[in-house]
Amino acid sequence: MARITAGVTTSHVPAIGAALDNGRSADDYWKPVFAGYEFSKEWIKAEKPDVIFLVYNDHASAFSLDLIPTFAIGVGERYEPADEGWGRRPVPTVEGHPELAWHIAQSVIQSNFDLTMVNRMDVDHGLTVPLSLMFGQPDAWPCKVIPFAVNVVQYPPPSGRRCYELGKALRKAVESFDADLNVQIWGTGGMSHQLQGPRAGLINAEFDNQFLDRLINDAESLSHVPHIDYVREAGSEGIELVMWLIMRGALEDRVNCLHRFYHVPASNTAVGHLILENTGNRT
Amino acid sequence: MALEKPYADVPGTIIFDADMSRKGYHLNQFCMSLMKAENRAKFKADERAFLDQWPMNEEQKQGVLTRDYNRMMAAGGNIYFLAKIFSTDGISFQDAASTMTGMTVDEYKQMMLNGGRSIEGNRYKENSNNG
Repeated sequence: MARITAGVTTSHVPAIGAALDNGRSADDYWKPVFAGYEFSKEWIKAEKPDVIFLVYNDHASAFSLDLIPTFAIGVGERYEPADEGWGRRPVPTVEGHPELAWHIAQSVIQSNFDLTMVNRMDVDHGLTVPLSLMFGQPDAWPCKVIPFAVNVVQYPPPSGRRCYELGKALRKAVESFDADLNVQIWGTGGMSHQLQGPRAGLINAEFDNQFLDRLINDAESLSHVPHIDYVREAGSEGIELVMWLIMRGALEDRVNCLHRFYHVPASNTAVGHLILENTGNRT
Repeated sequence: MALEKPYADVPGTIIFDADMSRKGYHLNQFCMSLMKAENRAKFKADERAFLDQWPMNEEQKQGVLTRDYNRMMAAGGNIYFLAKIFSTDGISFQDAASTMTGMTVDEYKQMMLNGGRSIEGNRYKENSNNG
């Protein structure tokens, strides 16, 4: 049986990808950001996940205003890094896991979450920057990835509650897959940031750290926080944090926090990062 | 009955809702076209001519030509779509964001290094009843 062993959350700031791609990761500005992932890179080397179910948002790359799916699961064989206006990131092609992805799609839709299935799409920094942060710069990504795109660009995004409950359905789906696979779930985006208008640059470290606390120990009540609270307290783009609740819903109620990191700033954004492990998965 | 907009009293912020999306459809789809290198080249060669191929209104076109991101947002632009314009210009997200705040690029950079814009005083519009 496949099982979800751990969850990872991380911000996916595009400038982090640019810093890596352009050889600036050792600069004074970026050093503390990458230092926060040193533990994580060692940890994941030892964990060797077979598949990462990667929750992220597309930033008007694969999905324009022509088509705006609320939840889209990648069921394809592979995905190329998107050209977001400055050329494609020089990172490996992302290999999918169509068999597991289709299994999850069927199971989750029959649990009343109406997903959009996508065979062909490019994946942008929202998906590739977390891979870079966790795996560095390999010639090929060391595992399969199922991209799961959440609409947080066009209002209204799905509620935190909906995301959390979707996570629970995902867990059931993975656990009913008849192959021995080590699956991780990642929730990306956030933390507080606002990229637009006169309020751009907003950071709310207190909100962010409470969010981290509650995501670990009090996710059930955290999932009831309404959209407006994210926008007001964490900035218009801070709403990305609802994606972390999908990750959390897919884990057990009690988890071990193996690693926690918070840093301001990376470009316009507060960087947050957690590694959470299911308590029941150790053999 | 009109849809509720609980975010209307957040200062300095435009939420990309149904009304903005309807208004900005062509502006945003023009931005999407800049994801192709050949379109970026055409746009750079003659911005006005490239824009005139899109059914955008003059306000939207002027916003693009003057790189006034607040103006583009007010005309229905969404920041992730507009990002294709400043990426085409080779400008970073941070530098582009700073242009919307009335601060210089350096002042904005320094504010971020100091921990970002404070939430205190930035939750509600001044004239709202909740502040």
